[in-house]
Amino acid sequence: MTDSAGQPRRTPLTHVHEHLGAALTDFAGWLMPLRYGSETAEHNAVRTAAGMFDLSHMGEIAVTGPAAAAALDYALVGEPSALKPGKARYTMICAENGGVLDDLIAYRLADAEFLVVANAANTEVVIDALTERAAGFDASVTDRTSDYALIAVQGPRAAGILAPLTDANLAEVKYYASYPAKVAGKPVLLARTGYTGEDGFELFARPEDAESLWASLSVAGSGDGLIPAGLAARDTLRLEAGMPLYGNELGPDLTPYDAGLGRVVRLDKSSDFVGKAALAARAAAPAEHQLVGLVSQSRRVPRHGYGVLWNGELSGSVTSGAPSPTLGVPIAMAYVRPDVAAAAGTGAAAEAGGLEVDVRGRPEPATLVELPFYRRQA
Amino acid sequence: MTVPPELHYTAEHEWVAIHDSVALVGITDHAQRALGDVVFVSVPVTGSRVTAGEPCGEVESTKSVSDLYSPVDGEVTEVNPEIDDDPGLVNSDPYGAGWLFKVRLDDGGETPPGLLSAAEYTAITKDEE
Repeated sequence: MTDSAGQPRRTPLTHVHEHLGAALTDFAGWLMPLRYGSETAEHNAVRTAAGMFDLSHMGEIAVTGPAAAAALDYALVGEPSALKPGKARYTMICAENGGVLDDLIAYRLADAEFLVVANAANTEVVIDALTERAAGFDASVTDRTSDYALIAVQGPRAAGILAPLTDANLAEVKYYASYPAKVAGKPVLLARTGYTGEDGFELFARPEDAESLWASLSVAGSGDGLIPAGLAARDTLRLEAGMPLYGNELGPDLTPYDAGLGRVVRLDKSSDFVGKAALAARAAAPAEHQLVGLVSQSRRVPRHGYGVLWNGELSGSVTSGAPSPTLGVPIAMAYVRPDVAAAAGTGAAAEAGGLEVDVRGRPEPATLVELPFYRRQA
Repeated sequence: MTVPPELHYTAEHEWVAIHDSVALVGITDHAQRALGDVVFVSVPVTGSRVTAGEPCGEVESTKSVSDLYSPVDGEVTEVNPEIDDDPGLVNSDPYGAGWLFKVRLDDGGETPPGLLSAAEYTAITKDEE
């Protein structure tokens, strides 16, 4: 995903982040802001006021044509054909063996027009798979990533900050809906989606409008505590919200069922789809492991790959972990044996302790909890 | 980036201030910026021996964990009592309230060879950027 010289790609806003003094990182071949100052402050801003993210590295794939809906019903595990225009759905694309290739949001823009948003690291894989799977349908698959900048404004004050800048009636833009609108005079696709567990909006804009939009939003939000937020805060926010990260909780060796996301697989839809047989078998079989939440009783942070111990026996492994600014202690997600998940979850055995994480050679006590760790107030 | 000229430094981004045979040790401004918000510091135990260039603890931030090295040989006489409750002192005041531990030097308190001057440390960090 780097350019021809092997350098990471710049988004339409990378120079803005540089000007703001952000610590930059190469993320999936893109030069992205990791943090602008304190990632804890950025995280807290999203929970209490609002944060603004540059997400222009995400992949945008247009699937259009008379059979676009049918092609996506075949290519994805969900049922995009059931979406009304203006609605979106979280979904996944799986391999023939049921392994997850990426998690996605599919937006239906019109009867014959969909926008599929993929993770930056998987955009090429998703484009290739969609192109191959759409081959038998009257539909086109086009990589539109460089046609879009993506700015997200997330937090309880996001709607209040955005409202004066747009002609859209935000009260009518429901969760997981999208709406062509003008924001600060610029045409955008305005979506009420996000990856933080807060209310918020994602603005799909023209790259040439990105800098102006970012500036307008910054000014509009300055009285409400809006600050720019980087990828570090994005990760701790989604972790608290119990949302999976591809490469951690999801991957080619895992199915949606493993991550507790069987709800995205529509085995009952009328069309065949790639991975159906394998996923049906997996849905019917006993689970080999279960994704759970862990709250640490130590200040040392359980991290990806660390072993989870039950009464001293290795029984699972951490997929993601970080200090939780909202909870004030480290939290983690882990795959553990289902019998351990049951035993460690409730009752006398759980009370007695016995659940630990091996943090670099020292077992640290933890408590098993149901996901998510954090839910916003309605 | 701050590099106080009166201190000594290591390539592992510790700073050292030596008075009366006691070395005061912390991590540098460059290090705290690279780490991000520090959430936990594991310092050596008071009374334990430390060896120059060897890991003697850990500094854990939101996104990563780094070894903490001792810049000198000697015995740990004191550790910062505030650092447990307020690891963020490492970020906000790395050369002051964010100090980590004190070591009584072996060898009569001579400044150990191998420590870097402020200019030498500044040169190293420029190379790393």
